[in-house]
Formats: sequence, structure tokens, C-alpha cells
Amino acid sequence: MSNEIMPGDVLLELDDVSLSFGGVKAIRNVGFDIKKGEVRAIIGPNGAGKTSMLNVINGFCHPQEGTITYKGVKRHDMKPYVAATQGIARTFQNVALFRGMSTLDNIMAGRTLKMHKNFFWQLFYYGPARAEEMEHREKVEQVIDFLEIAHLRRTPVGQLPYGLQKRVELARALAMEPELLLLDEPMAGMNLEEKEDMSRFILEVNGEFGTTIALIEHDMGVVMDLSDRVVVLNYGAKLADGTPAEVSSNQDVIDAYLGVAH
Amino acid sequence: MFYRETGQFKTTYEADSAIFPILQDRIGIALMLAVAFVVIPLTGSDFFLNTMMIPFLIFALAAIGLNILTGYTGQISLGSGAFMGVGAYSCYKMASLFPDMNLIVLVLFSGFFSAAAGMIFGLPSLRIKGFYLVVTTLAAQFFLTWAFIRVAWLYNYNDSGAIDTLPRKAFGLWISGAEASPVTRYFVVLCIVIAMTWFASNLVRGRIGRSWMMIRDMDIAAELMGVRPLYAKISAFAVSSFYCGVAGSMMVFFWLGSAEVESFDENQSFLILFMVILGGLGSIMGSYMGAAFIVVLPVALRAAPEFFGITVNPTNMEHYTIMIIGALIIFFLIVEPHGLARLWQIAKEKLRTWPFPYA
Repeated sequence: MSNEIMPGDVLLELDDVSLSFGGVKAIRNVGFDIKKGEVRAIIGPNGAGKTSMLNVINGFCHPQEGTITYKGVKRHDMKPYVAATQGIARTFQNVALFRGMSTLDNIMAGRTLKMHKNFFWQLFYYGPARAEEMEHREKVEQVIDFLEIAHLRRTPVGQLPYGLQKRVELARALAMEPELLLLDEPMAGMNLEEKEDMSRFILEVNGEFGTTIALIEHDMGVVMDLSDRVVVLNYGAKLADGTPAEVSSNQDVIDAYLGVAH
Repeated sequence: MFYRETGQFKTTYEADSAIFPILQDRIGIALMLAVAFVVIPLTGSDFFLNTMMIPFLIFALAAIGLNILTGYTGQISLGSGAFMGVGAYSCYKMASLFPDMNLIVLVLFSGFFSAAAGMIFGLPSLRIKGFYLVVTTLAAQFFLTWAFIRVAWLYNYNDSGAIDTLPRKAFGLWISGAEASPVTRYFVVLCIVIAMTWFASNLVRGRIGRSWMMIRDMDIAAELMGVRPLYAKISAFAVSSFYCGVAGSMMVFFWLGSAEVESFDENQSFLILFMVILGGLGSIMGSYMGAAFIVVLPVALRAAPEFFGITVNPTNMEHYTIMIIGALIIFFLIVEPHGLARLWQIAKEKLRTWPFPYA
């Protein structure tokens, strides 16, 4: 195992990463790093390769070129399952909840990797399997309290309004107790109040648990307020990288994405 | 008014995650078990046990098996008839090879052969989904029924090509063969089915059941939460086929007495799939309801005129039965596409708030 990584050290480093699907180059020679404990935003116009970037980080896509160093270990071919065991959790742009299950079960699903009682204990349930289940139920209840969704415990997630589904998805990711949390447009389609709630949760997760967060977001107000550093992608290439102030005054970024106030 | 959980507070997570958290449900289940274990054996006629209760329990078990695969894991299969066959033939083989073994042990053990077959034929599910997977499970169906006909070793080179019950005793009583009384066979089947139902309900509410449902609902997200599709899908195929296999060997040894390959053909698979769809995908209770609908209702309907002292031409009654069942299937699926179990759920919800329209 690698050495303990302290806040401020580089947690994840992408170097010269390229990803293409057939003739389409989704990511071209992009390199940036994510430091432990920071909120890192990835922004850019539609089709810039932001989601592909997250897919590379958690092992859905395997880049043709470049290296990814996570916790000091260079990664080659990594399956999403392995990424999950290494402490990378994520939410999806289009909510990817388990629609047939209740809110509670969805969040319990986030604990899957932390539960180890085997098939035969599960068959009998009473005894070790139940003890384990209850231990994790308690952890899940803490997440539920934290995100203020206690009243939704028994509701099938398919019946929840969109904003709450996004919140349950965040809860599910938090239940994994991740080291690196990838949020793919956590505020898409939300109204102002829901955005404020979500921003508060993201800041609290970052501040209280020290979870490193990488987020993709189109609401510039949110991005500039929440994030410590911002990387800008355009047509799969990196356009700029720096603090929100640096990025928002960068002329290339203004031309390609931000535009000017009229 | 009568069905209300007011005042039933849960103070522990254990109590909150019980199978039946509401007192009235627990009373209901206790009553049903009492009827099954005491009332039916005391009052049920041989006809009732032989044509209704024993097949009902056996098919409920097969339906639970398929429900684990289709309802909980989302892998549609049309091979359950063949997996029942694997159980039946392997049990027959073992019973003739080891005449001194307790038949109940062999029936349960036959499930492992069926589970192994299920795991092999479940491998395509890693690459193929939905309707295409149905076709590959049909391959299992055709290959296995072919084997049941062509591999004469499986039925001990009988001229008839059928497997017959071997009379066996357990605990001093005949449990299979001509000498076994329906009540004894009913008890054996009942105990096995109840125990396996309990195991199934334990599995589906724990980590393993959740990982099955995660694969069913959103396999990409499931993988991200650390579920390995290979393990989840193949274990679902194994458990499902185990249940079907045990149901198949019980069918031969405790119900029919003998069986040919026709008992395990694709019609059987379709029937079990209908039970699962009609009863409710992803519901153990639904498996029982579906089995009751498909197995018990036709027999009950056919016996109804005589019971009420009306004379109807038996041939006509056969046609009426088919018509009534068909109409009822359409009716129930229109009223509630999610099956009888969901209908029962809705009814309970209504009962909770009655006489008001909503709480």
C-alpha cells in the first residue's frame, strides 16, 4: 500500500491522457491533478469530454494513452469494481438510482463493499448477518440524517421528485465513505432552493469529512463559489487550469465557454 | 380501521427491518401456518391434497426460484422446466444408486446438480440481456430435454423412457411410492417449501439480495458500488436453479409418482414464468399467489359444480375453466400489471386508511 496522503498532497494525477471512441477523440492529451481535500471543478461546453474524464477516472473507459496515478500508484487497466474498492464513488448526470428499491435500500446498496458475511450466514439471516446489517444500517442512518431525507426512507425512489432523487444519489455515494467523490452535474435541473441545499451539502461533505470532490457543473455561480480549482475542457483538450478567479478572467475560456455579459 | 399500525413503534433497527413489521401481518402469517400444518392435514381429503395442495406448494417453490432470477435479478429465463428436470433426473439417479439414503436428503441434494446446470447456462447472461437472453435460456431448455430423451443412463435404460418413483421410507413412514399416504407426502413437501421460502426471504433482504436487485435496476451503477456482475448473475442463476431443481424432484417423488420428459418441456417453463408475472415479479408472496392462480384455480373450478350439486357436462366444464382462467388473467393484468402481490399491497394500503379515502 502507498503511504498516507495528507491534505494538500496530490491524490489523483492524470498525465497526457487521450481517449477516443473509433474516430472520435473524446479527450486529447489532457493532464491535471486533484489534491486531497479540495473541491475540483471540471467545466466546459457540451461535448467537451467532461463526463468521459470522470469515466476514465473511475474505470469505465480505458484511455488509449497516458497514465493515471491514484494514491501514488500508477494505474493501468482498472475495472469500476476495483475503483470502488479504492474509495472512488460517483453520481451520474442522469440519475442512476435503483428504481425498484426504496430510498433506504438504495443507500444501503452503497455499503455493499463494506459487508462481508458470506452466503451461508445470509441464508440464516439471524445472527452474524443481521448484526452486520444493523451495524451498517446505523451508518446509513447517519447519512440519511446528514442529508435530511429521513422522511423518505421507505419511499420507492422512482416516486421521488427529481431534486430529491439527486440527493438520494449523493447519499448513496456518501454511504460508500469515499475518498474521492465524483459528482456529474449534481445541480442540473434544480431550482434555486435545491441548488442552495446541494451546495451546502457539498461544502459540508468536503469540510467535515475531508472528502475530495471533483465536480462537473454548468452553473458558473456554483462552480466559482464552491471550487478551489477549476479545469476547463474544450473539444477534449485542456483550455485552462487554475483558481476560479484566474479561469474566469482567462480570455480563451471567455471566448469558448463563459461569454461576456451583455 | 382493522389493519392499522398506529401505536406500533419500532425502537430498534432489528424490529424495523423485520419481514413483517406490522403485528396484523404476523398474526395473519401465524394463522396461515396453523391452517397449513393443522387444519388441512386433519380435514383435507386425499383429492384435495393430491390435486391442489401438493402441486400448489411444489409450483410455488419453482416460482420462487424463477422469481429470484427474473423478479429480483432481472434475468428472464425460459429454462426453469429443464432445471426442474435436472433436479428430478439427478434425484432419480441418486435414489437408485444409493437406495439406503434418506430420500429427503437426496431431493435437497439434487438441487445442487440443477444449480450447476443453471450456472453453466447462465454464463451467456454476462453478455446478453433481455429478450436475447430468453433465447439462450431456451437453448438450455432444448438441450436438456434432448438429454433426458437420448441419454438412457439417466432413466436407467427403462423401456418406457420415464422415471418412476422409487418407494422410500423416512422416519419409519413411506414418503414416496404407492404406499405413501397423501398426508405424509404433503407434510414432507410443506416442510421443505416453508424452509426454503424462509431461506429465500432471508437472501433477498440481505446484501446478496440487494446486489441482485442492483444488477436488475441499474447494472452500471451496481458495478460502481462494488457489485461484480459475474458473481451476482451467476449466483442468482445457481440459487434459482437450485429451487427449481428441488421443485422438480419433489414433483416426481412426492406428487406425480412418475414423469416423462414432457413434464419438463418448455410449456412447463412458460407456466412458471406466467406464475411469476401474474403473482408479481420480485415478490416471494407473489410466487405463492401466482402458483395458486395457475395450479389451484383450474382444479377448483372444475370441481366447483359437483361441490355445489350442479351437474355440468365435464367436457363443457373443461372449456368453461379455460375461458374463465383466461379472462381472469387478462382482468388481473389490466387492473394491476405488477401482479397479484402488488394488488394485495394496494388493498392493504386501502384498508389502513378505511373508511377515509387517504390518510
